[in-house]
Amino acid sequence: MTAEQKTATRRSAKPSTGSLFEAFDPLRGRRLEILDENGKVVGGEWMPELSDEKLLHAYKMMLLARVADLKAVSLQRQGRLYTLPPSLGQEACAVGSAITLEKEDWMVPAYRELGAWLVRGVPLSRVYLYFAGSEYGNVYPPGVRVLPTSVPISSQLLHAVGIGHAINYRNRKEVVITYFGDGGTSEGDFHEALNWAAVFHCPVIFFCNNNQYAISHPRARQTISETIAQKAIAYGMPGIQVDGNDFLAVYRATQEAASHARAGRGPVLIEGVTYRMGAHTTSDDPSKYRESEEEELWKARDPLIRMRKYLEAKGLWDETREEDAKTEAQAKADEDFAEAEKWKANSVDEIFAHVFESTVPELEAQAESLKSFRKWKEGR
Amino acid sequence: MAVMTLVQAVKSALDLKLADDENVIVFGEDVGVGGGVFRATEGLQKKYGAKRVFDTPLAESSIVGAAVGMAIAGLRPVVEIQFDGFMHPAFNQLVSHLARFRYRTRGERPMPVVVRFPNGDGVRALELHSDSLEAVYGHVPGLKVVMPSTPYDAKGLLISAIEENDPVLFLEPKRIYRAVKQDVPDGLYRIPIGKARVLQEGTNVTLVAYGAMIRVCQQAILEAKKDGISVELIDLRTIYPLDTATIVESVKKTGRLMVVHESPRSFGVAAEIIARVNEQAFYYLESPPRRLTGNDTIPPLPKSEDLYFFPPERVYYELKRAFEA
Ligand SMILES: Cc1ncc(C[n+]2csc(CCOP(=O)(O)OP(=O)(O)O)c2C)c(N)n1
Repeated sequence: MTAEQKTATRRSAKPSTGSLFEAFDPLRGRRLEILDENGKVVGGEWMPELSDEKLLHAYKMMLLARVADLKAVSLQRQGRLYTLPPSLGQEACAVGSAITLEKEDWMVPAYRELGAWLVRGVPLSRVYLYFAGSEYGNVYPPGVRVLPTSVPISSQLLHAVGIGHAINYRNRKEVVITYFGDGGTSEGDFHEALNWAAVFHCPVIFFCNNNQYAISHPRARQTISETIAQKAIAYGMPGIQVDGNDFLAVYRATQEAASHARAGRGPVLIEGVTYRMGAHTTSDDPSKYRESEEEELWKARDPLIRMRKYLEAKGLWDETREEDAKTEAQAKADEDFAEAEKWKANSVDEIFAHVFESTVPELEAQAESLKSFRKWKEGR
Repeated sequence: MAVMTLVQAVKSALDLKLADDENVIVFGEDVGVGGGVFRATEGLQKKYGAKRVFDTPLAESSIVGAAVGMAIAGLRPVVEIQFDGFMHPAFNQLVSHLARFRYRTRGERPMPVVVRFPNGDGVRALELHSDSLEAVYGHVPGLKVVMPSTPYDAKGLLISAIEENDPVLFLEPKRIYRAVKQDVPDGLYRIPIGKARVLQEGTNVTLVAYGAMIRVCQQAILEAKKDGISVELIDLRTIYPLDTATIVESVKKTGRLMVVHESPRSFGVAAEIIARVNEQAFYYLESPPRRLTGNDTIPPLPKSEDLYFFPPERVYYELKRAFEA
């Protein structure tokens, strides 16, 4: 039996008590689920309070993330974007977590957080621009508290801790959410971050997208712990495993973690059990290391289908609205990509700018030398 | 003999050494089932089993740190780090332990470890995938640093590296992983570490380079030849220990020196080479030694890559100036 199956059989074996984090103490092997695969409510007692309006907004964001992601992958195939990490299948984790936060809260992402970027106000055009290979894709509108895309695994978790530390220092009520993968839990930085955050009660939500693979390496070989959530226990903080393809479960857990952190009670580790439906990046071939039956299994757990069925049952959604929303998302993606593609290549001065606040003689000389070469070349 | 790319040559060296010595083991992220991000270990797990060739958890410090322990216990680990930029989490193990165990224990604990990783630009990659910090590694006492420029050299140098009792960082120029093909012998052969190679003889100027820059230089030399400039090209092959004698001998003959590398200029390999030539052949120089290097900026994302990294034309341009000076 895989660790995943074991957890599944033990799930909901024990009655819940008191608060969410007590009820889903990772050592009890339970996973928070509110919607089942058919969009039926199975965890009604944990249902978050959400207006119809917010539910619809959330679903539209998930849909936009999906459409924008599929477009990015097809643009990459046409050579108009460079290597990128698809987020197909992880929309409930991204949107369900980010949407619980306030404007003043902070987000510290890795590189696969399309839905969360969009929710937090990062323009889609900037995301496209980043994957078109420009640093300007990391420049967000004022007030958007999102750190730039972080490529080295898990190192960003410590920045989240630092921001959390500063929040406490200033007696603010803000919280920080940071995202990483199951693979990321193996790096030393993950452990150092959890430890520091717990010792100093930093208001940080550690959100693990357990999408089952770190490139080709399966979760079961990344860590032998039954869950990732249980790692929280060793550091002295609450941990919770949620169905990461269930928007409502992700929402509920993150909301609870945010109030925990905001109340000065320190960090929380959330493990969203999800699946990276596409390739690791556009240069990866997943058929080398996973079976198509597994992929089919997870297709049936698609977070969008589940949410859509739930909304339909509530009378909030139907075929026409779906079509309209898709068309709208497609138009937005097209428009934002067009904007990103307008961006011109950098000038010589630009590649030398921003190494330091003001330039240094070495850099000036190097820029001059490059310019003189280019002038010579033009004159040839 | 078989025609091979540089990646295939790397795989061939690993394959032969795995077969040859049961103490050799190969591990890292995605090297087993996936065969490595550049496929340098493809098929080796199937052939030698998961005990000899395996995937590790995603943690570079543990990959290098565990290799240190394995070497102490008699194994010869050959580890892969996926990209140059991901060496940084392993830097502590590299500097604090790998490089100094032999010294620390007065020779009791040698470190037969090879750390392989891709190096340099040219594949339009994400951030941190284009770094080339070989000078940093060369600056760490106790590490040998090797960088091949051809499939033939890659195989022979890697076999030597695996057989070394000292830690070797084996930097693979990713831009030419698949760009060059060459006849490579099927069996084991060795190219000595610490020896440069004169690739082409010439009389007017000595050009020193290594890794992916060798091809760039070769193209530039063809153009310079039309202007009547005769270039002697030296492939360093090993960054540390640096083969000063071969360079100095050449400069004594040509009277001029230019060094080319794509990694940042300040405190780089070129600076070291020029310092040594000044120390040992100053009076033979007919003009000031020159260097063409990458800039002291962060390697830009792909949109600006072409601006940052120089083409053969730039080498030609600088060569002409070196010659005319
Ligand atoms: C320090 C470091 N080592 C290696 C890599 C190469 N790499 C990029 S993504 C990845 C797998 C990450 O898996 P996981 O943390 O589970 O996140 P996911 O990509 O699945 O979202 C690896 C090994 C890296 N980016 N940083």
